[in-house]
Amino acid sequence: MVSVTDKLIQGRTGSWEIVMGLEIHAQVASKAKLFSGAAVGFGAGPNEQVSLVDAGFPGMLPTLNKHCVEQAVRTGLGLNAQINKRSQFDRKNYFYPDLPTGYQISQLYFPIVGEGVVEVEAEDGSFFNVGIERLHLEQDAGKLIHDLSPTESYVDLNRAGTALMEIVSRPDIRSPEEAVAYVKKIRTILIYLGTCDGDMEKGNLRADVNVSVCREGGYARFKETGDFSHLGTRCEIKNVNSFRFISQAINYEARRQIEILEDGGKVDQETRLYDPTAGETRSMRSKEEAMDYRYFPDPDLLPLELEQAWIDGIKADLPELPDAKRRRLMADYGLSQYDAVVLISEQAKADYFEAAAKGRDAKLVSNWVTNEVSARLAADGRDFSDNPLPAAHVAELVELIETNVISSKIAKEVFDHVWNGEGSPSEVVEKHGLKQVTDTGAIEKAIDDIIAANPDKAAAVAEKPQALGWFVGQVMKATGGKANPAAVNDILKAKLGL
Amino acid sequence: MSDLTKLTLKAALDGLKARDFSSEEITRAFVANIDAANPTLNAFVVQTTDKALEMARASDARLAKGEGGALEGAPLGIKDLFCTQGVQTTAGSNMLRGFVPPYESTVTANLWADGAVMLGKLNMDEFAMGSSNETSAFGPVKNPWKSKTSNAELTPGGSSGGSASAVAGDLCLAATASDTGGSIRQPAAFTGTVGIKPTYGRASRFGMVAFASSLDQAGPITKTVEDAAILLRSMCSFDAKDATSLDIETPDWTQSLGKSVKGLRIGVPAEYVVDGMPAEIQALWDQGIAWLKAAGCEIVPISLPHTKYALPAYYIIAPAEASSNLARYDGMRFGHRAEGTSSLTDLYETSRAEGFGKEVQRRLTIGAYVLSAGFYDAYYVRALKVRRRIAEDFDNVWDKVDAIVTPSTPSAAFALGDKQIDPLQMYLNDIFTVTANLAGLPGISVPAGLDSGGLPLGLQVIGKALDEATVFQVASALEDAAGFVAKPEKWW
Amino acid sequence: MAIDAATVRKVAHLARIKTPEDRLEPLAKELNGILAWIEQLDEVDIDGVEPMTSNVAQAMRLRDDVVTDGGKVEAVLSNAPRSADGFFVVPKVVE
Ligand SMILES: [Mg+2]
Ligand SMILES: [Zn+2]
Repeated sequence: MVSVTDKLIQGRTGSWEIVMGLEIHAQVASKAKLFSGAAVGFGAGPNEQVSLVDAGFPGMLPTLNKHCVEQAVRTGLGLNAQINKRSQFDRKNYFYPDLPTGYQISQLYFPIVGEGVVEVEAEDGSFFNVGIERLHLEQDAGKLIHDLSPTESYVDLNRAGTALMEIVSRPDIRSPEEAVAYVKKIRTILIYLGTCDGDMEKGNLRADVNVSVCREGGYARFKETGDFSHLGTRCEIKNVNSFRFISQAINYEARRQIEILEDGGKVDQETRLYDPTAGETRSMRSKEEAMDYRYFPDPDLLPLELEQAWIDGIKADLPELPDAKRRRLMADYGLSQYDAVVLISEQAKADYFEAAAKGRDAKLVSNWVTNEVSARLAADGRDFSDNPLPAAHVAELVELIETNVISSKIAKEVFDHVWNGEGSPSEVVEKHGLKQVTDTGAIEKAIDDIIAANPDKAAAVAEKPQALGWFVGQVMKATGGKANPAAVNDILKAKLGL
Repeated sequence: MSDLTKLTLKAALDGLKARDFSSEEITRAFVANIDAANPTLNAFVVQTTDKALEMARASDARLAKGEGGALEGAPLGIKDLFCTQGVQTTAGSNMLRGFVPPYESTVTANLWADGAVMLGKLNMDEFAMGSSNETSAFGPVKNPWKSKTSNAELTPGGSSGGSASAVAGDLCLAATASDTGGSIRQPAAFTGTVGIKPTYGRASRFGMVAFASSLDQAGPITKTVEDAAILLRSMCSFDAKDATSLDIETPDWTQSLGKSVKGLRIGVPAEYVVDGMPAEIQALWDQGIAWLKAAGCEIVPISLPHTKYALPAYYIIAPAEASSNLARYDGMRFGHRAEGTSSLTDLYETSRAEGFGKEVQRRLTIGAYVLSAGFYDAYYVRALKVRRRIAEDFDNVWDKVDAIVTPSTPSAAFALGDKQIDPLQMYLNDIFTVTANLAGLPGISVPAGLDSGGLPLGLQVIGKALDEATVFQVASALEDAAGFVAKPEKWW
Repeated sequence: MAIDAATVRKVAHLARIKTPEDRLEPLAKELNGILAWIEQLDEVDIDGVEPMTSNVAQAMRLRDDVVTDGGKVEAVLSNAPRSADGFFVVPKVVE
């Protein structure tokens, strides 16, 4: 039986390593298509968002969308990658009913973005680097619908010609968890940059995973020599469109390959498809009938030339990216790496935190943002970009705690009322009379009553100091939870002679 | 009134403007000629008579008000490579039989904006692949010319054979055409007409059915150099819909006509003397050189050393591009779809085998081969490098010469069926013209004489990129010197 | 680089042109003739030469990101061999 643990997999005959490279297809956030003026979007009627260019009519010609080029450059800069001032569009030729012209316009020989590197957080808080080989612009294909007729397929070209960025990684990914963390990181960066909405459900971000397995040490030998043969034969799993499926597909595929190899077989280089219902990958086409795409420069287009000043302008306009934000949140607010990582996972969450944290106890604000606020949003199916609760309310709530107006415990109740739209935290505290009792006279009175009613417990507390907790509880109960816990503690200790 | 269909485009435009005759009258005269001749010449594949008369009447209304564009009321023929909204466009292929574009090509839209009248769509080699018009799904076009020594029916050349035949046979005032390796200039030479391929990027390719995108360029076939200057100007425009369209002004080239060529330096490339070239072609070339010299030109022997590699390079580049450009004809969204196929692959393969003719299939196969894994560098990339060598050959002489004069074709029109057996023999037709396509230069063919059988022969003038002005100037001098007035004897 | 019948079969399939078995040999012969002629390009010194992909010596123009097209289902489907409910209809595609 094969079991997958971190980077080494124990098989029947010894340990194996998985090595992966990913190709992420990210739909460019744009109004119009890459080479036509038809709209990009979801939900239109069949073939409504199709120009004759997209449908490949005779004599129709492509013209390039400037914004898509800009988004690719932005993304390249966000991936710390080389921007190629001269790139070129090539045709990738193959026949398929969702590909109207019989070729996809893509960039093989001279992509717009070259080498880069992405720093990814692993689950245990450590970091690993994934090399970016390239990013290129290309067209998406249309959609085939198989369930409208038993004997025919229906073709909707609304998606055909939509701009995609294909981000190709180096084979630097070593486990299903790393693969998921890498895709999450890319997705976060794209959303920060505003170059892709990252909506995986709509297929706007999807990954092709190249998986191979090799004997323990194979990856190190590959790193030393650059010789891919140390990595084993790879299979490409196409179009995996959720984090869960990425992880499941890799687990299945690695097991499958190891079992073949341990049985003395040979892995065929092929393209496979992950079937989430069956939980397995299956072959789409083998190397035998491997596509011969006959790439060549698209003669309808000219080389794409970018000016340094234009690139610099885009660079100057980049937002603070997740890694920089993480470092700054740790330095400026004294947050732990863990807290910072949780906050930056969503740009709006980090912004929200910063808006609330000004002049407050940052750790406390972070806790409220990442726990209570996040949980409420999740329960409502929202995220921070459409958060109904003003950051000022969180700031005020923390201020009330910091200034001992309310206890942390009461704060939860206050938050409930505030979330329900009853007003600001101080308004809620006022309205519901939730102010903490700091009047020592009132507290003393309550304590005296409780000691008087429980003389045996009061006598026993000298030997069992942990029984103090029972008294604290009773005092809080008597004061409706509003007594200042520190004051209760102090007075109790004095009266009980502790 | 004399026969309106014999007028030049210029004379007709003048007559229309002067209200000597109406557009409807001249249109009807051409319709009558087409009706009579087309069963024999087969130049038109679609006649749009109703549309033509409607357009003519609209032109007459504008002319009556003293308005109208540069081509107001002039009846033209349109090569069936240009998509025309609501009018069947087939590019000479069964693949597109019945295809009716819901859009207009930029070139034809420019013509209609200038007031031209559309008589119909002109026959052509299938997808412009051919030099004799014999690859058309609609049957070959016949040349109005016949040799004095034989009754054989001759090719008008190709791929714009319908355009050339229609102009030579007085079936239209002038015609649009297109040129990927010589498809305007070779048919012009074979029919005693003028044809110019402008600088690549002058005319928009939007809405023109693609053969080889980096080489395809539209141009006119006309009766005179002046007509060519007029029609070319209307056809050309900057078009944002074509990424390779040049954002430049289109000059009035009629200004160049009749201008003295004194002092112009004319290059005569040694490499255009090819093995087996008929003596009559060499004699015509010598005559052309002599005329220009007499007109005061300086004749400069030049070398374009990579000339002999142009045709083989072309037969890699053009089929490669075509193999991709024609992939869209798959029977899915438009065009021919085979019946009763067993699988998706079978549907593709059968539809394309049924829809495409033999020559197109041959070139698509070559194109797929030269781009396929393992051959891309050896064939395609090498051809692109040779292409640059050819372009550099021209760059290297432009400081020494202002224009280059060569024969247009290595022979006069040949008999239909003559060169169908050996594709290589057919390909050699473009030997003098293809260099201008590879280098993107303007080239014109002017009728300059007759061979011993009384068939027209043409001289080609090649100019610098964007210097159509000099090309027209030299062509006009050759036209004047040659005094070519011969017309085919009407046998159809 | 001589082409044999198997190569013709492969290339014809790449080009999606049905070619009967008895046509493969003659086609191979024909293509070999053309390729042999083409191979005179091997004589040309192409050391250090940039491949020439276009005659237009300018960079590509870029268009603004504005929706200017679409919303023409009727035109898009107007020449379709088969269509239904706004879709192109093709024989069942098995994935
Ligand atoms: Mg891929
Ligand atoms: Zn891709």
